[in-house]
Amino acid sequence: MSHAATEHVHGHPALQHHFENMEQQREAGTLGMWVFLVTEIMFFGGMFLAYSLYRWKYPAAFASASNHLDIWLGAFNTGVLILSSFTMALAVYFTQIGKQRPQVLCLVLTLVLGLTFLGVKGVEYHDKYEDSLIPGQLIPSRPFGPKVLKHGEPEDHHKLDLQEGATLGQVEMFYWIYFAMTGMHALHMIIGAGLLTYLLIFSIKRRFGPEYHSPVEVIGLYWHFVDIVWIFLFPLLYLLGRHVGHVS
Amino acid sequence: MSEHIVPVRVYATIFLILLVGTALTVWAAFMDFPWRLNTIVALTIATVKATFVVLYFMHVRYSARLVWVIIISALFWMAILFAFTFADYVTRDWLSLQIG
Repeated sequence: MSHAATEHVHGHPALQHHFENMEQQREAGTLGMWVFLVTEIMFFGGMFLAYSLYRWKYPAAFASASNHLDIWLGAFNTGVLILSSFTMALAVYFTQIGKQRPQVLCLVLTLVLGLTFLGVKGVEYHDKYEDSLIPGQLIPSRPFGPKVLKHGEPEDHHKLDLQEGATLGQVEMFYWIYFAMTGMHALHMIIGAGLLTYLLIFSIKRRFGPEYHSPVEVIGLYWHFVDIVWIFLFPLLYLLGRHVGHVS
Repeated sequence: MSEHIVPVRVYATIFLILLVGTALTVWAAFMDFPWRLNTIVALTIATVKATFVVLYFMHVRYSARLVWVIIISALFWMAILFAFTFADYVTRDWLSLQIG
Protein backbone atom coordinates (compact mmCIF):
# COMPACT_ATOMS: atom_id res chain seq x y z
CA MET A 1 0.00 0.00 0.00
CA SER A 2 2.86 2.41 0.83
CA HIS A 3 4.56 2.08 -2.55
CA ALA A 4 1.28 2.97 -4.24
CA ALA A 5 1.53 6.45 -2.75
CA THR A 6 4.81 7.11 -4.52
CA GLU A 7 3.38 5.90 -7.81
CA HIS A 8 2.09 8.36 -10.32
CA VAL A 9 -1.27 9.58 -8.95
CA HIS A 10 -2.65 10.02 -12.46
CA GLY A 11 -2.50 6.32 -12.95
CA HIS A 12 -4.95 5.45 -10.15
CA PRO A 13 -7.59 3.07 -11.52
CA ALA A 14 -10.40 5.03 -9.80
CA LEU A 15 -9.52 8.29 -11.57
CA GLN A 16 -12.19 9.30 -14.06
CA HIS A 17 -10.93 10.61 -17.39
CA HIS A 18 -12.56 14.03 -16.99
CA PHE A 19 -10.52 14.87 -13.90
CA GLU A 20 -6.93 16.09 -13.82
CA ASN A 21 -5.97 14.12 -10.74
CA MET A 22 -7.32 12.36 -7.65
CA GLU A 23 -7.24 15.55 -5.58
CA GLN A 24 -9.47 17.40 -8.03
CA GLN A 25 -11.80 14.43 -8.29
CA ARG A 26 -12.12 14.20 -4.53
CA GLU A 27 -12.86 17.91 -4.13
CA ALA A 28 -15.49 17.81 -6.88
CA GLY A 29 -17.13 14.84 -5.18
CA THR A 30 -17.25 16.57 -1.81
CA LEU A 31 -18.66 19.72 -3.38
CA GLY A 32 -21.34 17.76 -5.23
CA MET A 33 -22.35 15.99 -2.03
CA TRP A 34 -22.72 19.33 -0.27
CA VAL A 35 -24.96 20.65 -3.01
CA PHE A 36 -27.12 17.53 -2.59
CA LEU A 37 -27.17 18.07 1.17
CA VAL A 38 -28.45 21.61 0.61
CA THR A 39 -31.46 20.18 -1.21
CA GLU A 40 -31.89 17.84 1.75
CA ILE A 41 -31.75 20.76 4.18
CA MET A 42 -34.50 22.49 2.22
CA PHE A 43 -36.52 19.26 2.11
CA PHE A 44 -36.42 18.79 5.88
CA GLY A 45 -36.69 22.56 6.29
CA GLY A 46 -40.24 22.50 4.93
CA MET A 47 -41.23 19.97 7.57
CA PHE A 48 -39.50 21.90 10.33
CA LEU A 49 -41.47 24.92 9.17
CA ALA A 50 -44.76 23.00 9.37
CA TYR A 51 -43.80 21.85 12.84
CA SER A 52 -42.98 25.39 14.02
CA LEU A 53 -46.16 26.81 12.61
CA TYR A 54 -48.50 24.25 14.18
CA ARG A 55 -46.65 24.26 17.45
CA TRP A 56 -47.04 28.02 17.57
CA LYS A 57 -50.78 27.64 16.84
CA TYR A 58 -51.49 24.73 19.23
CA PRO A 59 -48.96 24.92 22.09
CA ALA A 60 -51.11 23.02 24.61
CA ALA A 61 -51.87 20.14 22.22
CA PHE A 62 -48.23 19.87 21.19
CA ALA A 63 -47.16 19.73 24.82
CA SER A 64 -49.72 17.01 25.57
CA ALA A 65 -48.75 14.95 22.53
CA SER A 66 -45.02 15.38 23.08
CA ASN A 67 -45.33 14.22 26.68
CA HIS A 68 -46.60 10.88 25.42
CA LEU A 69 -43.27 10.18 23.68
CA ASP A 70 -40.67 8.24 25.65
CA ILE A 71 -37.96 10.76 26.46
CA TRP A 72 -35.49 8.05 27.54
CA LEU A 73 -35.81 6.02 24.35
CA GLY A 74 -35.33 9.27 22.44
CA ALA A 75 -32.25 10.20 24.46
CA PHE A 76 -30.84 6.69 24.07
CA ASN A 77 -31.30 6.88 20.31
CA THR A 78 -29.63 10.27 20.23
CA GLY A 79 -26.62 8.75 21.96
CA VAL A 80 -26.60 5.81 19.54
CA LEU A 81 -26.64 8.14 16.54
CA ILE A 82 -23.90 10.37 17.94
CA LEU A 83 -21.74 7.31 18.57
CA SER A 84 -22.41 6.11 15.02
CA SER A 85 -21.32 9.50 13.69
CA PHE A 86 -18.13 9.14 15.73
CA THR A 87 -17.38 5.68 14.31
CA MET A 88 -18.16 6.96 10.81
CA ALA A 89 -15.69 9.81 11.27
CA LEU A 90 -13.12 7.25 12.45
CA ALA A 91 -13.82 5.11 9.39
CA VAL A 92 -12.88 8.09 7.21
CA TYR A 93 -9.78 8.65 9.34
CA PHE A 94 -8.56 5.06 9.05
CA THR A 95 -9.15 5.14 5.32
CA GLN A 96 -7.11 8.32 5.02
CA ILE A 97 -4.15 6.81 6.85
CA GLY A 98 -4.55 3.51 5.02
CA LYS A 99 -5.42 1.13 7.86
CA GLN A 100 -7.85 -1.32 6.35
CA ARG A 101 -8.71 -3.50 9.35
CA PRO A 102 -9.91 -0.69 11.70
CA GLN A 103 -11.62 0.88 8.68
CA VAL A 104 -13.76 -2.25 8.18
CA LEU A 105 -14.40 -2.47 11.92
CA CYS A 106 -15.60 1.15 12.10
CA LEU A 107 -17.92 0.67 9.15
CA VAL A 108 -19.41 -2.44 10.77
CA LEU A 109 -19.91 -0.55 14.05
CA THR A 110 -21.57 2.36 12.24
CA LEU A 111 -23.91 -0.02 10.43
CA VAL A 112 -24.80 -1.90 13.63
CA LEU A 113 -25.48 1.37 15.49
CA GLY A 114 -27.65 2.61 12.63
CA LEU A 115 -29.70 -0.58 12.74
CA THR A 116 -29.96 -0.27 16.53
CA PHE A 117 -31.44 3.17 16.07
CA LEU A 118 -34.00 1.83 13.62
CA GLY A 119 -34.87 -1.01 16.00
CA VAL A 120 -35.56 1.38 18.87
CA LYS A 121 -37.57 3.55 16.50
CA GLY A 122 -39.63 0.48 15.62
CA VAL A 123 -40.33 -0.16 19.31
CA GLU A 124 -41.49 3.45 19.66
CA TYR A 125 -43.72 3.22 16.59
CA HIS A 126 -45.25 0.01 17.93
CA ASP A 127 -45.95 1.78 21.21
CA LYS A 128 -47.84 4.50 19.32
CA TYR A 129 -49.72 1.83 17.39
CA GLU A 130 -50.80 0.15 20.62
CA ASP A 131 -52.12 3.42 21.97
CA SER A 132 -53.98 4.27 18.73
CA LEU A 133 -51.85 7.35 18.12
CA ILE A 134 -51.13 6.70 14.45
CA PRO A 135 -52.93 9.57 12.73
CA GLY A 136 -55.90 9.33 10.41
CA GLN A 137 -56.69 6.00 8.81
CA LEU A 138 -53.09 5.04 8.08
CA ILE A 139 -53.79 1.78 9.89
CA PRO A 140 -57.41 1.09 8.86
CA SER A 141 -58.04 -1.40 11.68
CA ARG A 142 -56.79 1.09 14.25
CA PRO A 143 -57.81 4.65 13.45
CA PHE A 144 -56.52 7.56 15.49
CA GLY A 145 -58.26 7.62 18.87
CA PRO A 146 -56.11 7.64 21.98
CA LYS A 147 -57.54 7.16 25.46
CA VAL A 148 -57.48 10.36 27.47
CA LEU A 149 -56.46 10.58 31.10
CA LYS A 150 -59.41 11.66 33.26
CA HIS A 151 -59.00 14.32 35.89
CA GLY A 152 -57.80 12.90 39.21
CA GLU A 153 -56.95 9.52 37.68
CA PRO A 154 -53.57 7.99 38.60
CA GLU A 155 -50.98 8.60 35.89
CA ASP A 156 -50.97 6.11 33.06
CA HIS A 157 -48.38 6.60 30.34
CA HIS A 158 -50.56 4.76 27.84
CA LYS A 159 -53.14 7.50 28.13
CA LEU A 160 -52.87 10.97 26.76
CA ASP A 161 -52.77 13.73 29.34
CA LEU A 162 -54.76 16.30 27.43
CA GLN A 163 -53.92 19.73 28.77
CA GLU A 164 -56.35 22.57 28.95
CA GLY A 165 -57.09 24.21 25.62
CA ALA A 166 -55.95 21.19 23.60
CA THR A 167 -58.20 19.12 21.35
CA LEU A 168 -57.65 15.61 20.01
CA GLY A 169 -57.65 16.97 16.46
CA GLN A 170 -54.70 19.17 17.30
CA VAL A 171 -52.90 16.25 18.93
CA GLU A 172 -53.50 14.29 15.73
CA MET A 173 -51.78 17.11 13.83
CA PHE A 174 -48.75 16.68 16.05
CA TYR A 175 -48.67 13.00 15.22
CA TRP A 176 -48.95 13.63 11.47
CA ILE A 177 -45.89 15.82 11.78
CA TYR A 178 -44.16 13.40 14.14
CA PHE A 179 -44.58 10.46 11.78
CA ALA A 180 -43.73 12.49 8.69
CA MET A 181 -40.51 13.81 10.18
CA THR A 182 -39.28 10.72 12.02
CA GLY A 183 -40.48 8.57 9.12
CA MET A 184 -38.49 10.56 6.56
CA HIS A 185 -35.56 10.50 8.93
CA ALA A 186 -35.85 6.74 9.32
CA LEU A 187 -36.02 6.36 5.52
CA HIS A 188 -32.77 8.30 5.29
CA MET A 189 -31.27 5.96 7.88
CA ILE A 190 -32.36 2.91 5.86
CA ILE A 191 -30.78 4.37 2.72
CA GLY A 192 -27.69 5.16 4.80
CA ALA A 193 -27.54 1.57 6.00
CA GLY A 194 -27.66 0.46 2.36
CA LEU A 195 -24.82 2.82 1.46
CA LEU A 196 -22.78 1.56 4.42
CA THR A 197 -23.26 -2.01 3.24
CA TYR A 198 -21.89 -0.97 -0.17
CA LEU A 199 -18.91 0.68 1.52
CA LEU A 200 -18.33 -2.38 3.65
CA ILE A 201 -18.24 -4.74 0.67
CA PHE A 202 -15.68 -2.65 -1.20
CA SER A 203 -13.78 -1.91 1.99
CA ILE A 204 -13.29 -5.64 2.54
CA LYS A 205 -12.08 -5.84 -1.08
CA ARG A 206 -9.47 -3.19 -0.15
CA ARG A 207 -10.82 -0.70 -2.67
CA PHE A 208 -10.32 2.38 -0.47
CA GLY A 209 -7.07 3.85 0.78
CA PRO A 210 -5.20 7.14 1.20
CA GLU A 211 -5.33 7.91 -2.54
CA TYR A 212 -8.92 6.96 -3.06
CA HIS A 213 -11.42 7.46 -0.24
CA SER A 214 -14.05 9.74 -1.78
CA PRO A 215 -16.91 7.25 -1.37
CA VAL A 216 -16.18 6.82 2.35
CA GLU A 217 -15.86 10.56 2.83
CA VAL A 218 -19.00 11.44 0.86
CA ILE A 219 -21.22 8.78 2.44
CA GLY A 220 -19.80 9.95 5.76
CA LEU A 221 -21.09 13.46 5.00
CA TYR A 222 -24.53 12.01 4.31
CA TRP A 223 -24.48 10.00 7.53
CA HIS A 224 -23.50 13.04 9.62
CA PHE A 225 -26.24 15.07 7.96
CA VAL A 226 -28.86 12.52 9.01
CA ASP A 227 -27.39 12.71 12.51
CA ILE A 228 -27.81 16.50 12.51
CA VAL A 229 -31.48 16.20 11.52
CA TRP A 230 -32.00 13.97 14.55
CA ILE A 231 -30.07 16.38 16.81
CA PHE A 232 -32.86 18.88 16.06
CA LEU A 233 -35.75 16.39 16.00
CA PHE A 234 -34.98 15.02 19.45
CA PRO A 235 -35.47 18.24 21.46
CA LEU A 236 -38.26 19.52 19.20
CA LEU A 237 -40.41 16.40 19.33
CA TYR A 238 -39.51 14.79 22.65
CA LEU A 239 -38.46 17.59 24.93
CA LEU A 240 -40.06 20.89 24.08
CA GLY A 241 -43.44 19.63 25.15
CA ARG A 242 -42.32 19.31 28.76
CA HIS A 243 -42.87 22.98 29.36
CA VAL A 244 -44.85 24.57 26.61
CA GLY A 245 -48.02 23.52 28.35
CA HIS A 246 -47.14 25.24 31.57
CA VAL A 247 -47.84 28.69 30.18
CA SER A 248 -50.81 29.97 32.10
CA MET B 1 -1.67 16.38 -0.99
CA SER B 2 -3.25 19.35 0.70
CA GLU B 3 -5.86 17.23 2.40
CA HIS B 4 -6.19 17.74 6.13
CA ILE B 5 -6.40 14.61 8.26
CA VAL B 6 -8.27 15.31 11.49
CA PRO B 7 -6.60 13.50 14.41
CA VAL B 8 -8.55 10.96 16.48
CA ARG B 9 -8.13 13.15 19.57
CA VAL B 10 -10.26 15.86 17.95
CA TYR B 11 -12.98 13.38 16.93
CA ALA B 12 -13.09 11.98 20.46
CA THR B 13 -13.38 15.47 21.97
CA ILE B 14 -16.27 16.34 19.67
CA PHE B 15 -17.95 13.04 20.51
CA LEU B 16 -17.73 13.85 24.23
CA ILE B 17 -19.06 17.37 23.66
CA LEU B 18 -22.04 15.92 21.79
CA LEU B 19 -22.79 13.46 24.59
CA VAL B 20 -22.57 16.19 27.22
CA GLY B 21 -24.82 18.37 25.06
CA THR B 22 -27.42 15.59 24.87
CA ALA B 23 -27.37 15.11 28.65
CA LEU B 24 -27.60 18.86 29.13
CA THR B 25 -30.61 19.23 26.85
CA VAL B 26 -32.49 16.42 28.63
CA TRP B 27 -31.70 18.00 31.99
CA ALA B 28 -32.81 21.43 30.77
CA ALA B 29 -36.12 20.00 29.54
CA PHE B 30 -37.09 19.14 33.11
CA MET B 31 -36.21 22.58 34.43
CA ASP B 32 -38.81 25.27 34.64
CA PHE B 33 -37.25 28.28 33.01
CA PRO B 34 -39.27 31.47 32.84
CA TRP B 35 -40.95 32.70 29.64
CA ARG B 36 -39.94 30.77 26.48
CA LEU B 37 -36.42 30.11 27.71
CA ASN B 38 -36.89 26.32 27.62
CA THR B 39 -37.36 26.47 23.87
CA ILE B 40 -34.46 28.83 23.38
CA VAL B 41 -32.11 26.76 25.55
CA ALA B 42 -33.02 23.53 23.72
CA LEU B 43 -32.55 25.07 20.28
CA THR B 44 -29.29 26.71 21.28
CA ILE B 45 -27.85 23.40 22.49
CA ALA B 46 -29.02 21.66 19.31
CA THR B 47 -27.45 24.36 17.13
CA VAL B 48 -24.15 24.17 18.98
CA LYS B 49 -24.12 20.36 18.62
CA ALA B 50 -24.93 20.60 14.91
CA THR B 51 -22.18 23.18 14.41
CA PHE B 52 -19.59 20.88 15.97
CA VAL B 53 -20.70 18.02 13.73
CA VAL B 54 -20.51 20.19 10.62
CA LEU B 55 -17.14 21.75 11.44
CA TYR B 56 -15.26 18.66 12.59
CA PHE B 57 -17.04 15.41 11.68
CA MET B 58 -17.88 16.84 8.26
CA HIS B 59 -14.48 18.54 7.95
CA VAL B 60 -15.99 21.86 6.90
CA ARG B 61 -13.47 23.74 9.01
CA TYR B 62 -10.77 22.41 6.69
CA SER B 63 -12.82 22.45 3.49
CA ALA B 64 -12.69 24.71 0.44
CA ARG B 65 -14.21 28.17 0.62
CA LEU B 66 -16.83 27.10 -1.91
CA VAL B 67 -18.23 24.55 0.57
CA TRP B 68 -18.75 27.37 3.05
CA VAL B 69 -20.60 29.40 0.44
CA ILE B 70 -22.90 26.46 -0.31
CA ILE B 71 -23.74 25.86 3.36
CA ILE B 72 -24.32 29.52 4.16
CA SER B 73 -26.59 29.88 1.13
CA ALA B 74 -28.67 26.95 2.43
CA LEU B 75 -29.04 28.62 5.83
CA PHE B 76 -29.89 31.90 4.14
CA TRP B 77 -32.74 30.34 2.14
CA MET B 78 -33.98 28.54 5.24
CA ALA B 79 -34.11 31.90 6.99
CA ILE B 80 -36.18 33.33 4.13
CA LEU B 81 -38.53 30.35 4.29
CA PHE B 82 -39.16 30.83 8.01
CA ALA B 83 -39.16 34.64 8.08
CA PHE B 84 -41.63 35.14 5.23
CA THR B 85 -43.98 32.37 6.32
CA PHE B 86 -44.14 33.58 9.89
CA ALA B 87 -44.43 37.20 8.79
CA ASP B 88 -47.62 36.07 7.07
CA TYR B 89 -49.14 33.79 9.74
CA VAL B 90 -48.27 35.92 12.76
CA THR B 91 -49.75 39.10 11.30
CA ARG B 92 -53.02 37.56 10.07
CA ASP B 93 -54.79 38.15 13.39
CA TRP B 94 -53.71 41.77 13.48
CA LEU B 95 -55.65 42.50 10.33
CA SER B 96 -58.92 40.86 11.42
CA LEU B 97 -58.64 42.71 14.72
CA GLN B 98 -58.69 46.02 12.94
CA ILE B 99 -61.59 45.10 10.68
CA GLY B 100 -63.74 43.39 13.29
